[in-house]
Amino acid sequence: MASIQKSAETAATGDRQRAMGLLAKASRAELQAAFDALDDKPAAQPVRGPETGLVMVRGRIGGGGAPFNLGEATVARASVRLDDGTVGHGQALGTDGAKARLAAIFDALFQQPARRAEVAALLDAVAARIAGEDAEKARQTAATRVDFFTMVRGED
Amino acid sequence: MYVAVKGGEAAISNAHRLLADRRRGDRSLPAIGIEQIVAQLGLAVDRVMAEASLYDRALAALAVRQARGDMIEAIFILRAYRTTLPRFGYSKPVETGDMIVERRVSATYKDLPGGQLLGPTFDYTHRLLDPSLLTDEAVEAPLEREEAGEPVMRVSDILAGEGLVEDDGSLPNGHIAGDLTREPLEFPMARDLRLQALARGDEGFLLALGYSTQRGYARTHPFVGEVRIGAVEVELDMPELGFAVSLGRIQVTECQMIAQFKGSAKNPPQFTRGYGLVFGQSERKAMAMSLVDRALRAEEFGEDIVAPAQDEEFVISHSDNVQATGFVEHLKLPHYVDFQAELDLVRRMRREYEAAQNTDLPEAAE
Repeated sequence: MASIQKSAETAATGDRQRAMGLLAKASRAELQAAFDALDDKPAAQPVRGPETGLVMVRGRIGGGGAPFNLGEATVARASVRLDDGTVGHGQALGTDGAKARLAAIFDALFQQPARRAEVAALLDAVAARIAGEDAEKARQTAATRVDFFTMVRGED
Repeated sequence: MYVAVKGGEAAISNAHRLLADRRRGDRSLPAIGIEQIVAQLGLAVDRVMAEASLYDRALAALAVRQARGDMIEAIFILRAYRTTLPRFGYSKPVETGDMIVERRVSATYKDLPGGQLLGPTFDYTHRLLDPSLLTDEAVEAPLEREEAGEPVMRVSDILAGEGLVEDDGSLPNGHIAGDLTREPLEFPMARDLRLQALARGDEGFLLALGYSTQRGYARTHPFVGEVRIGAVEVELDMPELGFAVSLGRIQVTECQMIAQFKGSAKNPPQFTRGYGLVFGQSERKAMAMSLVDRALRAEEFGEDIVAPAQDEEFVISHSDNVQATGFVEHLKLPHYVDFQAELDLVRRMRREYEAAQNTDLPEAAE
């Protein structure tokens, strides 16, 4: 019983993790358009931010060894509380506080079962856009792959 | 005695106004926008990000514009900006093995999983000025080819399969990655801290040092195992949530340099490695960094320390171009009092010298 509950929690965590990752990769325009299209726009009180700060990005020695500090990146973040008390967090590389706030609102909505579908539609659109861009880039890169051929000279 | 001299406010203010005018230049030409700098001078932007040690293309482009294209000035401005921001935390280490690769070449294996992917490279261009860029001629869209979907395997993993190369590089259990933005530098330092310093080090300085190792000032016999450029996820642990979330992707360049090692009492003969990892697309810097990383491991391998590139204190103390430019350029600031003191000293010494010459003369004549 406990393990079933635990795995359900893990799945919920995984879903939210994926959602937050996509919200971070969404453009502000995508988030704003999705927010404008909501029939029932939630009122969101700021809990924290929007604020800009730094995250120290780490690498690994040799690519897979001990961690080292590579350098910092700017990060914007915001946390909001909806009327029913749901708290959402938004964070993304860059300094766009308005985007972080919108991401926080969608993170909060994602936690409300009744509204998850609206967020899921946005997430699917963002995921599809990124997948399309990645695939295009991969095809462009593939066109620069070297096809070696062997020249046979002289007689055997 | 310290004597303060005041004055120059009006001259400074007018000089800055003149600088703003010269920065803008001919008003009949359109001003360049930040997006244009990011899109069309991207590698300049990447260098500023790497050496400022701050990943933010828009801010780096702003710094390039503000600095009139002076790279070290731009790096300085961006470095100064980062000190104004709070630190939210440390990311999880980026996984370069999972990189979305846009270029990967290996000089050690011709056929390898993932293949040789040239990507957008200057290699094999003829380095001839292109007059078509004098005008805004239309540029063809890149060609596309269906990709095989083959994972781009790390060359170090291929070599590791045979046991002929050292592992990625471990540090003792419980070692916490050093952070030179938080603690003053102390020598000797662990490899993690060296890599942080090299990652933000001046490209020209590291290039020259890397070059010196090839010319015989520290013997490494290197091969580029691979260079890869692409996007990696940056993930941050969220303590309030209990899991890590992605903040988005950054572009990095990684170089795995493979070097010879004849072995020791402890280790069998195997290849050793130097590592380079740099923000943005910066292959030359990543390669130079990996050469210098390997050279600085001389003591670890019991090699004789005979060359500048192997001298940790020399390399790391002089690799930061913001520090270097600060100390060199401060020489042009007023040193009137210092110089007066030296001038008095030299005058006195000269008088004494001349007096000694005069008294010596009769003796010399004898």
